[in-house]
Amino acid sequence: MTPSDLPLWAAWTIVAVTICGSLLALVGSAGLVVLKRFYERVHAPTLGATLGMALIVVASVVFWSMTEGRLALRDLLIGVFLTVTTPVTLILLARAAVYRDRVEGDDHIPPE
Amino acid sequence: MTASAVLYWGLGAAQAMLLLAMLLAAWRMMRGPRAQDRVLGLDTLYLNAMLLILVQGMRSGVGLYFEAALIIGMLGFTATVALAKFLMRGEVIE
Repeated sequence: MTPSDLPLWAAWTIVAVTICGSLLALVGSAGLVVLKRFYERVHAPTLGATLGMALIVVASVVFWSMTEGRLALRDLLIGVFLTVTTPVTLILLARAAVYRDRVEGDDHIPPE
Repeated sequence: MTASAVLYWGLGAAQAMLLLAMLLAAWRMMRGPRAQDRVLGLDTLYLNAMLLILVQGMRSGVGLYFEAALIIGMLGFTATVALAKFLMRGEVIE
């Protein structure tokens, strides 16, 4: 089955789920611009990195499974990988920021 | 509307949103004000680019985009970890 042979309901479902995921990624990135302090901003992109990514990956799995006519789970690899790595990067980044603020004597760091 | 038209325009709208998200992340990366803000902006930029390529794979029906998205996701993780370590220690490999 080629993508143009997909049933209409499947195309609309894939599009709706993908747009929901993109909207979450957009809201997360907007938070990066809108929020005032680094320790607030560090939480914003996780919106797109967790639920936004999951919705787009699910849409991709459905699309490729229907197109290829078999269960195509390879896109879940991206989902698993990002779910494992996102907390690691954000914890490392937040710890580096706290360390730098402490060295510079900034009073606004979060308490231990 | 046929299924291919729905996919073309709907996934195109999703790509426009992801592109806007990339622009916002790039603004934070260039604006700063501090190095950790720039690293956070770069991480978000990587993530949104990966999602954009994943959607492009669905939109064009070419399966090869999956590999590109996977590699970008892995490189983004490595880059952010290395940069966070650099911010903390001043060097990546001790």
